[in-house]
Amino acid sequence: MSNSVNNKEDNYIVSILVENKPGVLYRISNLFRRRNFNIESISVGPTEKKEFSRMTITLNGDDATVEQLVKQLAKIIDVVKISLLNPRNTILRELALIKLYAKDSRARSDILNYAQIFKGKIVDTTEDAMTIEVVGTPEKINAFIKIASSFGIKEMVRTGLTALERGG
Amino acid sequence: MADGYARVSGRPGVCIATSGPGATNLVTGIATAYMDSSPLIAITGQVAKAAIGKDAFQEADIIGITTSITKYNFQPRTCSEIPNVVKMAFQIATSGRFGPVLIDLPRDVQTEVNEIIFSDNIIFSRLKYNMIPHPLQVEKAVNLLLNAERPFILAGGGVIASNASQQLLALAELIMAPVATTLMGKGCFPENHPLSLGVVGMHGSYEANKLILEADVLLAVGCRFSDRTTCNVSEFCPDAKIIHVDLDASEIGKNRKVDVPIVGDAGETLSKIYDGVVKRLCRKEESVWLNRIEEIKRESENIYSSIQENNLTPIKILKELREILPNDTIVTTEVGQNQMWASLYFKALKPRTFITSGGLGTMGFGFPASLGAKVAKPDTPVLDIAGDGSFMMTSNMLVTSVNENIPVMVVILNNSMLGMVAQWQRLFYNRRYSAVKLVNPDFIKISEACGAIGIRVGSLEELRSAIGQALKNEVTTVIDIPISPEEDVFPMVPPGKGLKEMIYNALKTSSILAKKSERLKEMID
Repeated sequence: MSNSVNNKEDNYIVSILVENKPGVLYRISNLFRRRNFNIESISVGPTEKKEFSRMTITLNGDDATVEQLVKQLAKIIDVVKISLLNPRNTILRELALIKLYAKDSRARSDILNYAQIFKGKIVDTTEDAMTIEVVGTPEKINAFIKIASSFGIKEMVRTGLTALERGG
Repeated sequence: MADGYARVSGRPGVCIATSGPGATNLVTGIATAYMDSSPLIAITGQVAKAAIGKDAFQEADIIGITTSITKYNFQPRTCSEIPNVVKMAFQIATSGRFGPVLIDLPRDVQTEVNEIIFSDNIIFSRLKYNMIPHPLQVEKAVNLLLNAERPFILAGGGVIASNASQQLLALAELIMAPVATTLMGKGCFPENHPLSLGVVGMHGSYEANKLILEADVLLAVGCRFSDRTTCNVSEFCPDAKIIHVDLDASEIGKNRKVDVPIVGDAGETLSKIYDGVVKRLCRKEESVWLNRIEEIKRESENIYSSIQENNLTPIKILKELREILPNDTIVTTEVGQNQMWASLYFKALKPRTFITSGGLGTMGFGFPASLGAKVAKPDTPVLDIAGDGSFMMTSNMLVTSVNENIPVMVVILNNSMLGMVAQWQRLFYNRRYSAVKLVNPDFIKISEACGAIGIRVGSLEELRSAIGQALKNEVTTVIDIPISPEEDVFPMVPPGKGLKEMIYNALKTSSILAKKSERLKEMID
């Protein structure tokens, strides 16, 4: 039995529907700290019902660790529903804002081109910098950041992953 | 005290403290209840709403502080929320796996005047637990047990919480499996029963620690494979098939991988397994396993009858206490050597008669818990088995016991030491004692100053008459018994080692130590 268990570390996406009230984020994040789980990214926002919020948490760990985490989360009174999302059957999105150095017109036109390829938008520009907004899967954003870093990244922010299962 | 009440009665205990330091004083008690799944409601004061977050006088963020040691905590913002909050608090504390809940009441919410609706029908729908085990999993367990040659039952505190002692006894007798308990499970199976092996673990009994390793199927009910029970978990029953029954799904697979996980109430599951087994069981008359149990039990007796020369050893004291005290006596313990001696040598015969701080190991728990126990069962004798170090932690409760007229008995196994720590320093740190020697006050005088009775005892005969007197006394009686500061608790599994590396007695230990120091000498030479 124990041989069949996957001990390999992997990325997991946990989607948690919680009560929308003060202190809930603390209870969830406190559990991660208390049980020694590490959050890679977390995003929280309202849902179709105003009494609930949805948290999307990505983390790295083996099967047993993630199973234990899900069970522990399920015990928190404010947790309404919890699901482990399968990346193949899930819509994954992340948004990044990236401020790049753009000192000459050559750089500007290159940035513009790359942004277009990645379906990014220029959302701000000054004499020596441009800010691009990119939306997509984490892989797509990673790819854009890689190419954009040749211009020099002045500042950057990513929202963390948000996700919803496909189908009805 | 509230925790002691809860553990004896099975109903939630309630405690109240003021804001700030009052609230933080409850923290250890709440954490103790959380670790041992005891239903407790803690109500704390808080500064007025407008002052919260301003570092006001006697403000403490008790919600933040207790989040990881409660099942849930509340801070009502208006008085109209209070009825709902209180009902939910009781429901949360007493549903599923029990535990503490805290209600933090800001001052202005306490004094607010308003019309409030007290509804009777508040059912908190989120609190659903799988009380009934899955039939397929039960079937798997039944198959394993029917084919087992050496079945073994490990019963934990969950059996007591679920009031499942009857079901446990029935199943154990049906499949003729020996039963060992965890410290928290002590009392759920009568320890004078031929199938009882006592407690398993770091200071488990010789027979329990030996036989659990020989089992081929281990049925673990309402326990969580804590490190003090399993010792080195990778060496804990590596070849046995393990069936793990627990109401809390997160306990299954947390510390030990299992073969048949069953989420469900202990009592429900045990009776379902019983039903499954009884249909298909063909009784074997002669059993190699039962003979083996007998053999190991005899071995144990031989080892431990040979090493008692002094008159007032803790072992003799505890066995004597069991003889004198009525069967339904409730015993609470402190934490340390006193607790482990009590666990090993004081047989608990009924559930909820052995009350101890197992998970958190809170010194000073036993005496207030004994008062709570006495409140829950005023007609039953209650005895706190204490050490001198632990008793000093909460001996101020003597005043409460006298003022509130709650008479209990305390036996202090007084070695003027933090004995368990001293034992580790003696065995594993070459007698380099540090911060373990205690200079205690005179426990007789302290008791008398509080209006209680104090008796010092120097022999088993004196102990017998002191207990006889204490059972009749109408105030708390403290019996101080000086014992040797060099006394160790055996058996013991050294920290980090597997159960099979149990040290049985002092002789063996001293020979190990002698070898060790010889080797050291050789190295130095």
